[in-house]
Amino acid sequence: MAQTSDSHQVIIGEHEQYTINMGPQHPSTHGVLRFELSLEGETVVGVRSHCGYIHRGIEKMCEVSTYQQIIHLTDRMDYLSAHINNEAVSLCVEKALGIEVPERVKVIRTILSELTRVGSHLLWWSAFGMDMGALTTFFYGMRDREKILDIFEESCGGRLLQSFICPGGLMHDVHPNFVARIRELIPYLRKKLPEYDRLLTGNIILQERTRNIGVLSRQQAIAWGVTGPSGRGSAFSCDVRVHEPYSAYDRVKVNEVLYHQGDTFARYRVRLDEIHESLSILEQLIDQIPEGNDYAVKMKPIIKLPAGDYYQRVETARGELGVYMVSDGEKYPVRVKFRSPNFSNLFVIEQLAVGHKIADLVAISGSLDLVIPDIDR
Amino acid sequence: MINHPNKELGGWQLFRKYFSELWFGIRTLLKGLRITSGYFFSPKEIITEQYPENRATLKMFDRFKGEVIMSHTAENRHRCTGCGICEMNCPNGSIQVITRKETTPEGKSVRGLDKHIYHLGMCTFCGLCVKSCPSDALAFGQKFEHAVFNRHHLTKVLNQPGSLLQKEIKAS
Amino acid sequence: MNLYDFSSLTQSIHQGLSAMMAPAWVTVTEMVLVGVVFLLFYALVGLALVYIERKVCAFIQNRLGPNRVGPYGLVQTVADLIKLLFKELLMVHKADKFLFNLAPFIVIIASFLAIGALPFAKGLQALDLNVGLFYIISVTSLTVLGILLAGWSSNSKYSLLGAMRSGAQVISYELSVGMSLLTIIIFSGSMQLSVIVDSQADGWWLFKGHVPAFIAFVIFLVASTAETNRGPFDMAEAESELTAGFHTEYSGIKFAFFFLAEYMNMFLAAALAATVFLGGWQPLHFGGLEAFNRVMDFIPPLVWFFGKTFALIYIIMLFKWTFPRLRIDQLLTLEWKYLLPINLVNILVVSWVVLKGWHF
Repeated sequence: MAQTSDSHQVIIGEHEQYTINMGPQHPSTHGVLRFELSLEGETVVGVRSHCGYIHRGIEKMCEVSTYQQIIHLTDRMDYLSAHINNEAVSLCVEKALGIEVPERVKVIRTILSELTRVGSHLLWWSAFGMDMGALTTFFYGMRDREKILDIFEESCGGRLLQSFICPGGLMHDVHPNFVARIRELIPYLRKKLPEYDRLLTGNIILQERTRNIGVLSRQQAIAWGVTGPSGRGSAFSCDVRVHEPYSAYDRVKVNEVLYHQGDTFARYRVRLDEIHESLSILEQLIDQIPEGNDYAVKMKPIIKLPAGDYYQRVETARGELGVYMVSDGEKYPVRVKFRSPNFSNLFVIEQLAVGHKIADLVAISGSLDLVIPDIDR
Repeated sequence: MINHPNKELGGWQLFRKYFSELWFGIRTLLKGLRITSGYFFSPKEIITEQYPENRATLKMFDRFKGEVIMSHTAENRHRCTGCGICEMNCPNGSIQVITRKETTPEGKSVRGLDKHIYHLGMCTFCGLCVKSCPSDALAFGQKFEHAVFNRHHLTKVLNQPGSLLQKEIKAS
Repeated sequence: MNLYDFSSLTQSIHQGLSAMMAPAWVTVTEMVLVGVVFLLFYALVGLALVYIERKVCAFIQNRLGPNRVGPYGLVQTVADLIKLLFKELLMVHKADKFLFNLAPFIVIIASFLAIGALPFAKGLQALDLNVGLFYIISVTSLTVLGILLAGWSSNSKYSLLGAMRSGAQVISYELSVGMSLLTIIIFSGSMQLSVIVDSQADGWWLFKGHVPAFIAFVIFLVASTAETNRGPFDMAEAESELTAGFHTEYSGIKFAFFFLAEYMNMFLAAALAATVFLGGWQPLHFGGLEAFNRVMDFIPPLVWFFGKTFALIYIIMLFKWTFPRLRIDQLLTLEWKYLLPINLVNILVVSWVVLKGWHF
């Protein structure tokens, strides 16, 4: 900061603009994202976002990995929706091979995806509270997310990076306690969620700080490709689970949560409502797991996709994740491209934050729910 | 706190609006205070796990991926044939299988496992080695206290010294 | 009447000293004695408050809080202080060295000055000025000078932003603090803290003063929380926006000074509220319950004083750990559109009540 203090410039009349670097090390950027802010006093007049601080070349690494090995790389993109990322690649490979996975696998995959979504939204709620300065929310959200992580750990062996869903099905069968634990989780969360509302949602300070802040119009959302809860807060109906059902989403009733205001508070409410929605999906599916123990179809040790290009999109907790694979028939893909939701969601902040205060920038970037490793990949 | 003055409202209505909004705000704040002070006075809700103290009772889930291990029987027998499939499947090259020529009692020369080297520091716990092992020689261990002072300690030889291949598995 | 009167103790010390040395030396010795006592008190209360804050927030957040150093983690803050003492004092390139070093001392002196005027018990007050309340308000507002200097001299934009916010905030909330105290000054007819405490012997102003006193109390709590840069009003060091605000560039013991001063300011605000609204060291009395009142009298005044203070500190802490942070413009809106007008009307009402003699 001290080094950049000389670089201020005087523009437009008597208003003096100055530049400030928010990040890559900053408490509210949730990782190594850097915002270059132009400020007039406290008012933001320009945001330029710089990404790439945690670029690990995952897409390039995929080109020297077999299709099974790609799975564990996708965990590390959007680490809060690891299961859903795994599922995206698996579905793409299965689509290319023309494999139909067993019903049981489909249902379990869907349950895992919804659990991931709930966990991710809980973490988002905690972190958003922190961004707004309500430090206690962080611990309440983490406390409840812990229950979900326990379910993952018991079945998959991992808490954050599970690498559980693989081409052809699952790595192994779910734990016998799996169903019972989810049955416990649903009423527990239903009891705790109203507490969240009383603590933070209803709070006048939060409402005043989020209402009419960072309004994203529907046109803007579509133009910038803002998907997921951030897009649905602007009434952009973009839920892949509804429009292009995959796995077991075609047999459950998915209510797409849509809000029309497009402001930070709308995005906030979409996420909290989606937790309820995911719980109801879990409730529908938990009784539908078919009996038996077939957890995967037999796959060849080395998968070779037929030459061609394949695309599969899924709904992660942050929006639409697209996997594009080009194969020339060898055991490694020629090119893998991930259309990550966070990358598209990030750049809209350059439009939303202008004219607001620094504190609002934090609120807006918090409400977009950015996971930085997914932006840079 | 609420900056949406409604121009059409009369003086008395504005007055009432001012106070109803103020009262609404205070009520929402009190609701929040009730939650936090409720938790403050209920020490049963504390979920902290005091880690080094609870080591005796701390049990990880059976499937917890702490490290890759090779299970040995009481007679110091393992099931690894040294085929190298795990090495091939590992995305990070954290497994090295070193084989040696062995002569069976019948006089045949076969491949046997010399060293199964596992670099824990490079492992990402994707589980492909355990899943792909054709003879179920590898498994995940639940040990998670892997902190060491030197990185070299993280390179482990999974087969115990002097261990031999478990024959009946090979026969089947 | 009063079981615990410290004035005889202080008198005897004074006489003992006078017997030994010349009057000028007596004054010097007494000043040194009082200074040492307050220094010790300051350090003790500061450390205790840091520990209490960490425990309170831990219990709110379903955690245990510090529990490793010493029994129940009691020595944790001492360990932290030792760590801070040993840390390197960093100096930012092109920072204004003199002001940069001066700022933490201004902040800590401002909070230190005010303690002297607090009546801890009968006769246990170092500085019983006839404008005691006014003195405390004016001295504590020096803090903002230190914060502004810290922000300015750090040569860092985050610091400067935090300092400017703090300036705007403290200057506006000073008004509310002063006005809410003014209601009690009207009630008790004096600015002398000992007189204000004595006037509450038959009941605390919070109860005697009807609704206006209660409104003034609430406004005082909110405004003094804001004035100490705490809780939902921690604009100056808004962690998620300005990393650490005005003390971003400070390290080691200079940072500890800011930290300690913040906690002492909180203690001061709570102690002042306890003194002015809750009867200071006066025990809780109910009219008609003689036996109950007698039992209450046996509890030492220091216990009453610190009990009330810490109860208020708990409330201030609860604010901080529950509410989201306000934005700077909302902060000023709250002051200028809500607290100040209500306060002004409140003072009018109080004056009417006092004129008519409706209060008890």
